[in-house]
Amino acid sequence: MNITENIRMAWEGLKANKMRALLTMLGIIIGIASVIGILTIGSGLSSSVTGAMGSLGVSNITVSLQRKSNDIGNRRLGNITEDDLITNEMIEALSARYDEAIAGISLSQNAGGGQAKDGHRYANISLTGINAEYLFVNGINMARGRNFIDRDILRGRNVAIVSDRLVNNMFGGDTNKALGEEIVVYVGNEILVFIIVGVYEYEMSIYNMSNASERDLNTSLFIPVTTAKKIANAFDGYTSFTVSAENAVDSIAFAHQIQSFLNRYYVNNDNFEVQTMSMESMLESLNTMLNTVSIGLSVIAGISLLVGGIGVMNIMLVSVTERTREIGTRKALGATNGNIRVQFVVESMIVCLIGGFIGMLLGGALGYAGTSLIDTGAYPTFGSIVIAVGFSLGIGLFFGYYPANKAAKLDPIEALRYE
Amino acid sequence: MNDIIINMTGIIKRFYVGEPNELEILHGIDMVVKRGEFISIVGASGSGKSTLMNIIGALDRATEGSYTLEDTVIEKARDAELSAIRNQKIGFVFQNFNLVPRTNAIKNVELPMMYGGMSQRDRNRRACELMDMVEMGDRLYHQPNELSGGQKQRVAIARAMANDPAIILADEPTGALDSKTGRLVMDLFHTLNKEQGKTIVLITHSKELASETGRILTMSDGVFVL
Repeated sequence: MNITENIRMAWEGLKANKMRALLTMLGIIIGIASVIGILTIGSGLSSSVTGAMGSLGVSNITVSLQRKSNDIGNRRLGNITEDDLITNEMIEALSARYDEAIAGISLSQNAGGGQAKDGHRYANISLTGINAEYLFVNGINMARGRNFIDRDILRGRNVAIVSDRLVNNMFGGDTNKALGEEIVVYVGNEILVFIIVGVYEYEMSIYNMSNASERDLNTSLFIPVTTAKKIANAFDGYTSFTVSAENAVDSIAFAHQIQSFLNRYYVNNDNFEVQTMSMESMLESLNTMLNTVSIGLSVIAGISLLVGGIGVMNIMLVSVTERTREIGTRKALGATNGNIRVQFVVESMIVCLIGGFIGMLLGGALGYAGTSLIDTGAYPTFGSIVIAVGFSLGIGLFFGYYPANKAAKLDPIEALRYE
Repeated sequence: MNDIIINMTGIIKRFYVGEPNELEILHGIDMVVKRGEFISIVGASGSGKSTLMNIIGALDRATEGSYTLEDTVIEKARDAELSAIRNQKIGFVFQNFNLVPRTNAIKNVELPMMYGGMSQRDRNRRACELMDMVEMGDRLYHQPNELSGGQKQRVAIARAMANDPAIILADEPTGALDSKTGRLVMDLFHTLNKEQGKTIVLITHSKELASETGRILTMSDGVFVL
């Protein structure tokens, strides 16, 4: 009596009672489907977040000032003085010291939000002062025109790089027409005029996600950082900037080097110090967090598997009672206790395996649909399939064993006499 | 080869041993059945027939006494060995047929061979032969619920013959059948006994059926009476 015979026998038994078999499977189907669905959505989400952040450059390192304090809640910059800021000299020294490791340093200065207007045409903008390397470091592509050049920055010229969306609003989408044109911007009480020198491609990302209509979308209007400092009446210096490391450089280690390099300037500063954070380490911790969340959710979904397993046990117990005479007959014909036990365990494992398979397809479809809403659809990972199959078989074995053992231990005389 | 198939001496069966309601059903049965005999055990309900049949069929053990089936001493056998004895040496025919439901006729006949470890091909061939022998060759793939009582009993007899057992143990085999089909079943037993020399133990309460057999053992209150 080998295993294929047992499987065939169990299959016949299930076919004879299709509806009951299906209902028994339902718990397993739902359980496995939710575990697979959640794991798939989790991994899809984490790869889409990784992708989005990766497009900004995993090699980016954010350098920022923070208050020297052991109290994490009290690290706001507060009343910072000009002497505390990171100066251009420090940045130049950093750039010179690590010339080979640095691909670019991005500086920016926020100069407020407002509206560009021309008659009845308008576009919502945030005025952002940048240096020439900003676009490269932040992965922004030029559509037409030119980037800022040294003279723009040094002289604080009133030139601007605008988004293609702004061109759509203000110039009917004609970038050629926009280049060289003046644009009037209202920020607070001020009216500013810039000459458009370039147009960049606006891309929606998880950082500037907005539910505003295309018409009212707020895009950055880039101006030279020096111009922005004048407009914002800001100190000459920075509270933060971004370094883009060369690809070959280990950005996590490099972040530490930058931090200790710049902190030499802050040894005697009682209030502030430099803190660096690499995108790579942020990505890592974000991924860890997402994984933890999806594993946590799967465990909760796993509880439904447990309930499903108890359902299987319940039905198997009913089945054993219902088939008492059959068990008696089989024993009279020479079946050993082991034969009977294996027969019922195999039957419950097959129910669970089929349920697990259906659940896997369903969960995969669920996961695909779920991830399609966020980004591109993702399929269940190989690992989650292995877990699903393993779990189904495990549940079948665990919850099938008790009823099977009950069947095996039946007294053949009693069983034959059972009405 | 040993010509004595069943050799029982001083078989006593007690239930609830050691408890206040201890009950002795068989009070010391001596019984010898030779190869090729067709005997019947008759007796009223409660006389201990069924208990004796369970012991003969190795479904149960005697409390005292010794029972040798062919060359096997039953009281020394372990549970797994009893399963093998039932499988190889005993063919059961029950009053209510006890075909395994939702399993077609030929698969039912194959069951004892399957538990005996015979290959799929061999047992299929043997099952076909047996079904032909009981004139059920045209009903191989019928489900039990598609067969009449007489047909079911013939399948059951084919199944009992599957592993060519030492004895056929028939417990009221005609009890659930009308007299005509009952007759056919009895004729089949006679054929098996005469043509194949099969040893048959028939348990019945019908004196009429018993009178057809070679020897009648009458039970009353747990002992054989004359």
